[in-house]
Amino acid sequence: MRYGRWRFLAGALIPALVLHVVFVLSPYAQAFYLSLTDWTGVAGEAHFVGADNYRRLAGDSLFVDAVRNNALLLVVVPLVTIAIGLFLASMLHLGGRGGRRAVAGSGAYQIIYFFPQLLSLVVVAVLWGFVYNPNTGLLNGALRALGLGGMAASWLASPSLALPAVMAVLVWSSVGFYVVLFSAAIDGIPVELFEAAVLDGAGGWATFRNVTLPLVRDTVQVAFVYLGIAALDAFAVVQVMTVGPGGPDGATEVIGLSLYRNAFQYGKFGYASAMGVALFFATLTLAVFALRGGRRSTVEVS
Amino acid sequence: MSPTRRTLIRTALTAGAAVPLLSACVTGGSDDDDPAAGNTGAKSADNPLGVKADAPLEVVIFKGGYGDDYAKHAETLYTQKYAGAKIDHKGLQKVGVALQPRFVANTPPDVVDNTGADRLDIAVLVGAKQVSDLTTLLDAPAFDDPSKKLRDTLLPGVVDDGTFDKVPRTLNFTYTVWGLWYSKKLFAAKGWAYPKTWDDMLALCATIKAAGVAPWTYQGKYPEYINDPLLSMAAKTGGLELVKAVDNLEPNAWKAPGLVSAAEAFAELAAKGYIMAGSEALSHTEAQAAWCQGKAAFIPCGSWLESEQKGVTPDGFDMVMGPVPSRTASDQLKQTAVQAASSESFLVPAKAKNPAGGMEYLRILFSKQSAKAFAQSAGTLPAVAGATDGLTLSSGLSSVRDAVQTAGPETFTYRFRTWYAPLAKAVDDATGELVNKRITAAQWSDRIQKAADGIAKDSSVQKYTR
Repeated sequence: MRYGRWRFLAGALIPALVLHVVFVLSPYAQAFYLSLTDWTGVAGEAHFVGADNYRRLAGDSLFVDAVRNNALLLVVVPLVTIAIGLFLASMLHLGGRGGRRAVAGSGAYQIIYFFPQLLSLVVVAVLWGFVYNPNTGLLNGALRALGLGGMAASWLASPSLALPAVMAVLVWSSVGFYVVLFSAAIDGIPVELFEAAVLDGAGGWATFRNVTLPLVRDTVQVAFVYLGIAALDAFAVVQVMTVGPGGPDGATEVIGLSLYRNAFQYGKFGYASAMGVALFFATLTLAVFALRGGRRSTVEVS
Repeated sequence: MSPTRRTLIRTALTAGAAVPLLSACVTGGSDDDDPAAGNTGAKSADNPLGVKADAPLEVVIFKGGYGDDYAKHAETLYTQKYAGAKIDHKGLQKVGVALQPRFVANTPPDVVDNTGADRLDIAVLVGAKQVSDLTTLLDAPAFDDPSKKLRDTLLPGVVDDGTFDKVPRTLNFTYTVWGLWYSKKLFAAKGWAYPKTWDDMLALCATIKAAGVAPWTYQGKYPEYINDPLLSMAAKTGGLELVKAVDNLEPNAWKAPGLVSAAEAFAELAAKGYIMAGSEALSHTEAQAAWCQGKAAFIPCGSWLESEQKGVTPDGFDMVMGPVPSRTASDQLKQTAVQAASSESFLVPAKAKNPAGGMEYLRILFSKQSAKAFAQSAGTLPAVAGATDGLTLSSGLSSVRDAVQTAGPETFTYRFRTWYAPLAKAVDDATGELVNKRITAAQWSDRIQKAADGIAKDSSVQKYTR
């Protein structure tokens, strides 16, 4: 009987395990190995070069630009997205009269906020590319129509504006999803708590600060991990939308783009694998810290 | 022992960790001795490459702007000659994605058109010994003129373009010429004459600007487009010596007076406001459309522009291409010299099963009759000399043909773009900064020189010389 149980478990698990190993773990393991070689991607042979690829990373000015830009994205995109998401979600729930009711038509707003999520990121990037067009784009057109022609700019071609322009697209495209996510979390908070807060004379900000935020902390934490991983990537938007791509002059370079260029355009798969491994550890560290950091002070609601 | 959650997970993890070490690796391709064994026939006057008549042939063609009908046309000629041959034709957009695993596994097709945005890096492919030597093909008699060797039927520079370390590895089918494009109609209506010197260009730009038209625009999202006239101008000033020094990564090659002075010329163009505002952020389609709408007078581009703009160009626009103006009176090359290079690279993989058939296919494709059919359908100059004789050409294509004829032996091309892709990226970035007034010509040459020195020092990069 005991053996039968093992056999049953093995039968249930092995097919999934084999698929996982062949298509997930084995490529990972190979990427680690390839990062120590000079594999070109077009031949069946590679030479072992030790840590040489990793040593080169530090001296690669475009890669350094990429790390800097990804770090900026990592700081800005999750914070802004979560801030806007929380603001909109709590407004949808508590922005109505008396501070404890939903605003009128909150369901419709949620659907509208969610729309960008339905578009593929590439489509989003193409559309925003048109919006940012300096001569015929919607953004400069609107600024000129409002008499703010002086603020019209070459958004994607100015080194100081290009990365913020990319960030805005990333925030715009993801904020709707987090509004819906945070709404669901706020829905889960017993309404008595809000009523009690209002009776105690708490204003909107105090209610948010002392009731809503502590009770959606877990959700925010998960959102931070997801957005952090997205900010470490950002490949699709940059590749489609920016000058160069990755420009002007490295202003919007991201690690994913450097990796792609080295692998598929320069035929340096070994070096690109080293970038991939570095990115893997960065993402892993981020996830561990984000989940560890939020482990303290869970609030029990009974 | 009954399975607990803990033991189960531990067992699974151990199994998971062990398997990748045993599984096949991407770099584990087997090395067959001679995949072509048994696929060659006897050589004769009619069959100079020794094709085995009934050996199957696999052809992979990039199916881009030119389609792949021209390639099928050549396949028909092949099967007419070798009736028993079965041809497996594949017209693809993503040649690299499809072929990379096949090169790794040593089972590539017999002939490949390695073209398109997704092509495999040819220098890497050659460095990895994946490409056959085409000398026998070039020395074979031309398909429809056996009195000439194939190599003597091609336009100037075509053989060189496919040569790596003195060995011909690819044969490029189309011939591209770079220059400045303008509307003949617009220029005639306004009484503007195409400038032959840079001083004339600046004077004309002042007139154009006064007329309310932007003198220049360029495909700002891809700064390599504005590199071409800059590097052409430098090549005219410094001659082929300058071009070779750049390609051979010689010390201080990018500090040559010709290059610095060409960079100064383009910095001046930007400083005087002769480049249409906003150009720096436009994609090639946006910039070219603005040019076709008459918002700008000149745009730099290769000879594919006319067919790319089909459907956007207004009737009677009459686009023509002019060679880049001379910078100085003491230039090494005449003003009529043009930057020209062949592209659409055909190659026969080293591990092909039927390399003789692959080369024979190329001999047929590079015949005058195939090239003529291509010129007619694609509206582009083929790499075969005289392929456009007797054809009625559009205004753009005939201006390109005339430019090639007038230039005669004075055509030139830089090879560093193909040999050292990372250097090309560094040049593009620097030029983008230069024409947006963020760096000076001196800084431009400094930072490119630094990038070139970095590649010259890098032992992991295979070097080529010319």
